[in-house]
Amino acid sequence: MANTTQLEDFVTQVRRDILRQVHKVNSGHPGGSLGCAEFFTALYQEIMDYTTDFTMDGKNEDLFFLSNGHISPVFYSVLARSGFFPVDELNTFRLIDSRLQGHPTTHENLPGVRIASGSLGQGMSVAIGAAQTKKLNKDKHLVYSLHGDGELQEGQNWEAIMYAAGNQVDNLIATVDLNGQQIDGSTDRVLPLGNLKDKFEAFGWEVLEVENGNNITEVIQGLQNAKEKTGQGKPVCILLHTVMGNGVDFMMHTHEWHGKAPNDEQLEKALEQNPETLGDY
Amino acid sequence: MKKYIDTGKKDTRSGFGAGLEELGKKNENVVALCADLTGSLKMDAFKNNHPERFFQVGIAEANMIGMAAGMTIGGKIPFTGTFANFSTGRVYDQIRQSVAYSGKNVKICASHAGLTLGEDGATHQILEDLGLMKMLPGMTVINTCDYNQTKAATLAIAEHDGPVYLRFGRPKVANFTPEDQNFEIGKAVQLTEGNDVTIIATGHLVWEALQAAETLAEEGITAEVINIHTIKPLDADAILASVKKTGCVVTAEEHNYLGGLGESVARVLSTEHPSPQEFIATKDTFGESGTPEQLMEKYGLNAKSIVAASKKVMQRK
Repeated sequence: MANTTQLEDFVTQVRRDILRQVHKVNSGHPGGSLGCAEFFTALYQEIMDYTTDFTMDGKNEDLFFLSNGHISPVFYSVLARSGFFPVDELNTFRLIDSRLQGHPTTHENLPGVRIASGSLGQGMSVAIGAAQTKKLNKDKHLVYSLHGDGELQEGQNWEAIMYAAGNQVDNLIATVDLNGQQIDGSTDRVLPLGNLKDKFEAFGWEVLEVENGNNITEVIQGLQNAKEKTGQGKPVCILLHTVMGNGVDFMMHTHEWHGKAPNDEQLEKALEQNPETLGDY
Repeated sequence: MKKYIDTGKKDTRSGFGAGLEELGKKNENVVALCADLTGSLKMDAFKNNHPERFFQVGIAEANMIGMAAGMTIGGKIPFTGTFANFSTGRVYDQIRQSVAYSGKNVKICASHAGLTLGEDGATHQILEDLGLMKMLPGMTVINTCDYNQTKAATLAIAEHDGPVYLRFGRPKVANFTPEDQNFEIGKAVQLTEGNDVTIIATGHLVWEALQAAETLAEEGITAEVINIHTIKPLDADAILASVKKTGCVVTAEEHNYLGGLGESVARVLSTEHPSPQEFIATKDTFGESGTPEQLMEKYGLNAKSIVAASKKVMQRK
């Protein structure tokens, strides 16, 4: 178990990785990635039981599925720094012949990725399928997934949410990144999601909220609470309140940095706010 | 000319159901998912005998395809079942990203394909599914012709590692291929020998092609009938060998001529051995209500049409 300072250092380095990846290729999605740095760090550094000796089948280990694939920079950074592939490979993000495609894929055999995502709304179904296979295999490990809040506008999610409750898929913890932003503006303006807690509960899910999803201690506690709710007949949802662009003052509380990379000057400012901790790639 | 005997009319979907049930006994990794059409897909035997491996997903095909992709992680071999329309067009992006691009070992099994679905009409009669599926990189596309072949194909695709689209239909049709056949994915089956015209058919049109060949034989025309059960990968060698001999070809399918078997055959011939070709297929149109026989007659998908197309293409040599 790492202490809080070590985990915060990890998060800071992940933020630097995100910023440097998207800056280098002048494309990618920094906003949502920055907002989820603590969640990925908690999952891969504290919560999940897994091996970096990657197999697609992932038997007898916890699994994670990223549904909102555009936040690949945070996924890649945390996978690399957790030992799935060399950290230096982050240099190849979005470049030709890279395993680090703009959106994550299994096609290039990047360790740690078990499904392609990018076209939104598909990850919850995949996670449910993997969870059902775990039950058939009498594998007690859990399946985790992450979804954007705007992504819940895709109808397939609600098919999946209905299925998981109706079939007691209680080995699944689906987290919604509730940052309130999407490409065209705030979710409230684009298409209001309403009260997501009420909605998930009405569908028969166990719902937990993490009020500050950018506080590593709170995120870990929230995930641990969620684990305790598994195995009781209900799928578990975490509503993770985050700030898009967290950790870079001029990127926070706006949708503007959803899919825009910083220029040289902006990168410098952003990195100043996130000093190097574990060493840049 | 070898005569093929109809051993009794049976629906291809029942061949799928029988194959799936046999897989249930033989392979404990086989799981089945269905979107509220268990009876129509003939999945009841599997459901009743292997309830723990049967997943009723309700009328939610997108979730079904995504779940099937997820279920492969951990070693299961999911077979999804619904109508061809809801197996393809409705869930194209789910198949594209979660199954094909992700390289998942999912078997998409589709009944009620084409016009022979009959009275329900065009909303359900998909004539575009072969094109949709064959365009996906890595997707194997199979369209079987009778009960026995559908059962054999169902067993065979479980042994193939990779995504498969298996297309079959609703009506009871002639059952004429051997019960004990060895189904080899991607390998065409030559049914008759001939020198004058090659007839390449898939699905329900294979039996019609055989009837056409008998009619042509009465007029002294020998037709080489090839059953292409696998649209992709296409058996180019078998096609080329036959067309090099006969010099012309008729393709026959229960599908739009845009994107179907005929275009795949044309691609092979145009690059390797340009030859006159006629297309027995729907001509960029939707279907409509009617009995299967009426529809196949109206849209020109029967033995009579194949005979006429054969004579026409021979004149173009």
